[in-house]
Amino acid sequence: MSRWLSDSAVERLREAADSPDLAGTRYRLIDKLGQGGMGGVFRVEDTALERQVALKVISVGDRESDWPARLLQEARVIAKLEHPGIVPVHDTGVLADGRPFYTMKLVQGKRLDEHVATIPGLSDRLRIFLRICDAVAFAHAHGVLHRDLKPGNVMVGPFGEVLVMDWGLSKLVGASRGAAAGPSGKNEAPVTEVVEQGTAHGSVLGTPGYMAPEQTRGEPSVDQRADIYSLGAVLQFLLADALSQPIPRALAAIRRQAMAADSADRYSSVQELANDVAHFLDGLPVSAYPEGPLARAWRWIVRNRAWILLLLAYMVTRALLIFFRPR
Amino acid sequence: MTDDTGIGGVHQQFPSTHWSLIEGTRSPHAEERRRALDTLITAYWKPVYKYIRLHWKKENEPAKDLTQEFFARLVEKGLLDRFDPERARLRTYLRLCVDGLVMNEDKAAQRVKRGGDVTLLPLDFESAEGELHQLPLAAAGNPEELFSREFARSLFGLALERLRRELEEKGKGLHFELLELYDIEEGGKQLTYDEVARRYRIKPTDVTNYLAYARREFRRILLDELHGMTATEDEFRREAQTLLGVKL
Repeated sequence: MSRWLSDSAVERLREAADSPDLAGTRYRLIDKLGQGGMGGVFRVEDTALERQVALKVISVGDRESDWPARLLQEARVIAKLEHPGIVPVHDTGVLADGRPFYTMKLVQGKRLDEHVATIPGLSDRLRIFLRICDAVAFAHAHGVLHRDLKPGNVMVGPFGEVLVMDWGLSKLVGASRGAAAGPSGKNEAPVTEVVEQGTAHGSVLGTPGYMAPEQTRGEPSVDQRADIYSLGAVLQFLLADALSQPIPRALAAIRRQAMAADSADRYSSVQELANDVAHFLDGLPVSAYPEGPLARAWRWIVRNRAWILLLLAYMVTRALLIFFRPR
Repeated sequence: MTDDTGIGGVHQQFPSTHWSLIEGTRSPHAEERRRALDTLITAYWKPVYKYIRLHWKKENEPAKDLTQEFFARLVEKGLLDRFDPERARLRTYLRLCVDGLVMNEDKAAQRVKRGGDVTLLPLDFESAEGELHQLPLAAAGNPEELFSREFARSLFGLALERLRRELEEKGKGLHFELLELYDIEEGGKQLTYDEVARRYRIKPTDVTNYLAYARREFRRILLDELHGMTATEDEFRREAQTLLGVKL
């Protein structure tokens, strides 16, 4: 006869069955930090180095699933991307219950979607956006697409660090540029040759609202312009939430170009998108927003208003001095 | 302990992880078909009965008749042959079949009452009725959630019972006791490993190791049981995610 279990007993057993079996490892379980699509993330203590780290383990360890391979791929992808905007991986292995895991730096901070309300200024938000672009551009330069960029996958640390998390849906692309190349700036050709790595051919992975149309349709050959679309959606999120003033036209045009329905109409590289946002911040012309002579003159005036005011003050003073000079 | 159903027996051997319940019910071999149906009935009869009682608000006696009629039809009408794993989870399909049956309740109940052409299963409705009184007042909820929750409760109960048997057979009864104390009993987690070690006169490291072993085995058995209750690998993964609280 099976025993009757209360709701709370089922819940406790569910937690027990899901918690990682750390026997035989150097880690000691502290608590659960969160749950992703593929697995749970736990706070553990590395008893050898006496520090806390985050441990990610898949939730279902069945042999038929491709999740073990995907988790390992995720760890390898992150390990390949040594960048201040990407959380470093420390270790990988297999638990006693057969589930693969990896450990990474424990990020103390808040998710961007939770943190955004505390960033009132447009320029501060755009600087965070540029840091996200830096990390994604670096990944693209190393032949890695993220494919699930959204505010919930960005962490903002207590000292202003910005980290792009959850590379579980990432994909290696064939024409990797290698570590030596680095982000090349303008006019990078889009990476189009896709090597399937642990994801079913044509399967739809990602988050609605942040996925590019071609990704939503499950097209197998998505390229870095899918991430550019998602970055456009992140920019839209940063602009829409809690900003009372109207969105500047140039910025709206940048968002529009990043989120163009046809991938051919988008920026061809993250760096181009980031350049436009940086130019906007500096009061320079942006490629997504061709402006007329009046608009250009006005932007020049706004950008140089301090010098213009100084010059005007000087001229007025000179005029007054001439006018009131004793004869 | 007594056997709940008399079907399959207490010590029934569960199939290997690659065995499919649905394939079993469609097998040309009578023994394999019977074993598959036993497994299905063992896991589902309580969820079905409680669902009829709570969602359809049927009294005790009509709910018993409908539960018996449901499993009789499952066999006689070949309802499982019509199940298409591409269109729904097995759990959802069975719930919809129950809904269809209850909506034609009059005919169904009369057939059972006549008693002539229905083989009654030896189901322990008293225990199921007793469990209903322990559910919170707001237990009903939406039909899918209710059925899913009762199925999870049934599955966890079966897995726990199998764990107890297997550990006792291996002389690891203490491992099971520690799991009961720490992961089932209310307030168990408030005990420190040192306190538990003193209570059982073992070393604190043994508490850690025994608990880890029992949890690992419970997880294995739970997934194995679930594997047997699902039709495809995809359904298994989705059900495992639901049961382990993972949201995709």
